[in-house]
Amino acid sequence: MRYVDEFRDPELGRVLATEILAAVEPGRHYKFMEVCGGHTHSIYKYGVDDLLPANVELVHGPGCPVCVIPMGRVDDGIAIAREPGVIFTCFGDMMRVPGSTGSLLEAKAEGADIRMVYSPLDALRIAKHNPDREVVFFAIGFETTAPSTALTLKRAKAEGVPNFSCMCSHVTIVPPLRALLDSPDLRLDGFVGPGHVSTVVGARPFEFIPADYGKPIVVAGFEPLDILQAIRMILAQLADGRCEVENQYSRVVPYEGNRRALEVMAEVFELRPHFEWRGLGFISQSGLKLSEAYADLDAEVRFSVPGVRVADPKACQCGEVLKGVIKPWECKVFGTACTPERPIGTCMVSSEGACAAYYNFGRFAREREVV
Amino acid sequence: MHAGREERSPSVGRASTAAPIPEREQRILGIIETARSKQKKFRDERVNMAHGAGGKATQGMIEGLFAPAFGAQTAEDAAALEIGGAALAFTTDSFVVKPLRFPGGSIGDLAVNGTVNDLAVSGARPRALTLSLILEEGLAADDLKAEVEAIAAAAQAAQVDVVGGDTKVVERGAADGMYICTAGIGERDPRARLAADAIRPGDRILLSGSIGEHGTAIMLARGEFDLDADIESDTRSLWPAADALLEEAGPSLRCMRDATRGGVASVLNELARSSRVAMLVHEARVPVDPAVAGASEILGIDPMYVANEGKLVAFVAPESADGALAALRSVPGCERAAEIGEVRTEPPGMVLVETSFGGKRVMDQLVGDPLPRIC
Repeated sequence: MRYVDEFRDPELGRVLATEILAAVEPGRHYKFMEVCGGHTHSIYKYGVDDLLPANVELVHGPGCPVCVIPMGRVDDGIAIAREPGVIFTCFGDMMRVPGSTGSLLEAKAEGADIRMVYSPLDALRIAKHNPDREVVFFAIGFETTAPSTALTLKRAKAEGVPNFSCMCSHVTIVPPLRALLDSPDLRLDGFVGPGHVSTVVGARPFEFIPADYGKPIVVAGFEPLDILQAIRMILAQLADGRCEVENQYSRVVPYEGNRRALEVMAEVFELRPHFEWRGLGFISQSGLKLSEAYADLDAEVRFSVPGVRVADPKACQCGEVLKGVIKPWECKVFGTACTPERPIGTCMVSSEGACAAYYNFGRFAREREVV
Repeated sequence: MHAGREERSPSVGRASTAAPIPEREQRILGIIETARSKQKKFRDERVNMAHGAGGKATQGMIEGLFAPAFGAQTAEDAAALEIGGAALAFTTDSFVVKPLRFPGGSIGDLAVNGTVNDLAVSGARPRALTLSLILEEGLAADDLKAEVEAIAAAAQAAQVDVVGGDTKVVERGAADGMYICTAGIGERDPRARLAADAIRPGDRILLSGSIGEHGTAIMLARGEFDLDADIESDTRSLWPAADALLEEAGPSLRCMRDATRGGVASVLNELARSSRVAMLVHEARVPVDPAVAGASEILGIDPMYVANEGKLVAFVAPESADGALAALRSVPGCERAAEIGEVRTEPPGMVLVETSFGGKRVMDQLVGDPLPRIC
């Protein structure tokens, strides 16, 4: 495939791997966090870390939108899905995320009309085809997917689709990064910055990372060469004593972001004062809800939801995994009580989750060069 | 279009001094492997779509519910029977595909070829089928006629007779247009004894052509995505391919499977697990049509897990692999056949992939259902 295969060229991968090997200081251990679940997935899918020296460690960050949804939100979604006459729509990954009494997939098997969609527009289309049913879209994701939800809501309003509403669980990328950087047990040397989010917000919002916390960050694409190149750029910053925001993914990410997308988000959404993150707890101004002008399309207003906070299961260490404090396999329940088919924690649910990626792809793929 | 996947250079060579895996990680990986190799239990409260996906949930249902109830279970696609001195193979399959018609075929084609292929990959020449139809009240007679004609044509092409059948009609809403169940009987071919437990480390893994076409064609035919591509289902009888392999490799042919639901990845996992061997697949050698690769890329699906209806995976002793591959490639429809990997000893039960990029990873069984009702 054009514009894809070029970024998966094994020859160029080997060149970059050699350059990375030359750029690391022998004896120094490097810990870089890839913020985005998409990166985690690519790293495992292509075996990118096989090409890295053993003293370059990748830590998987909190950027999987499914993984950060707390149990209480899943329960709220299931409660709406069980309302008579409701068609509840969500992305496929969300279906298996466990709430306190089961997942959406289980609710579906018990009779709730829950449908997987690939785009919020599909949900709107279902609403138009089923005028006698209430159709609810469970919106999740960072700024990456929020604009498409916003555009769908704008269209629903413009076309007057009365039976469509949205349960908004969109989150924003900067507050959790700040919360993470404030965490005392975090030891990182730099960040592979999120690529898709940055297509919307740009690279500028990450300037606080070098400015306030003294860590380099390189916004990166999702192909294996993108990730290797970003790692090389971080290593170069460290070697040069520089600390800044760099944009490896300039073919897609404008430094200032996508103004049009940011405008439509500002129109449709407003910040919640607090939002609970799976494993990370409440983070101020990190979640989005529908703005006053769109309140009539807010499923949480239209339906009564329990809105009960459910504590993460005791055994679950998703929070520590999301912060990169422990490796997936260091979690007490990893691979035994918590598996992709019966997940306890959300990191095990989505293919972008650190635990699922490690469980599915990472085992046995651990030969490394030692420097 | 850029060069196809299989034309890319092989993986990056690496000088490697293996870094020691921490003892605790090793221990945990050991626990996981023990858990994986245990017979699965069926503990679900309700059936959900994953039970039909051919992955872990299906396996739990078979090992935890069907096997205990029906006694000795075969891991083969068709049961081997000895009746009155005749060596027979017997199998059954049901078809619930949605939509009924799709580019390259229809439910009627699948109903014949699916059952024929289960016999063929068991090393049996397909002879006769029975046909059961479950029809939904209100189904257009033209749709029924079209499918009956499709069944007749596919049976003729596969050289099997439809020798009996049954029809039931259920109320509107109790079925989706039409479901079909076929059972098939065939004569076991004396040229090889095929079985999962005949697979040996060192055996080569052959694949009869490019993968993922059926599942992708169905997905696009459903019109749920605004995607257009010229992809047709690969539904066809695999007996000519099986016959060519039996003729060329004889007893060096160890085992065959048709890579239907769950794709090539699921077939390899199932066999690695039941035969307690490891498999290594070279991703760059797996033929994938560029349109399928493109659609999979956009939808975030790995073509290795996408269903085929006319592709087989064969395990052949190393010394016969080249000849077998050449024989396979001479069969119409199998021109793109390839040797995609080999059987290893370690780690038992696992399928590993050497990625086109040069890394290595596990290719695990499917969890959940990326795409229900594809056959």
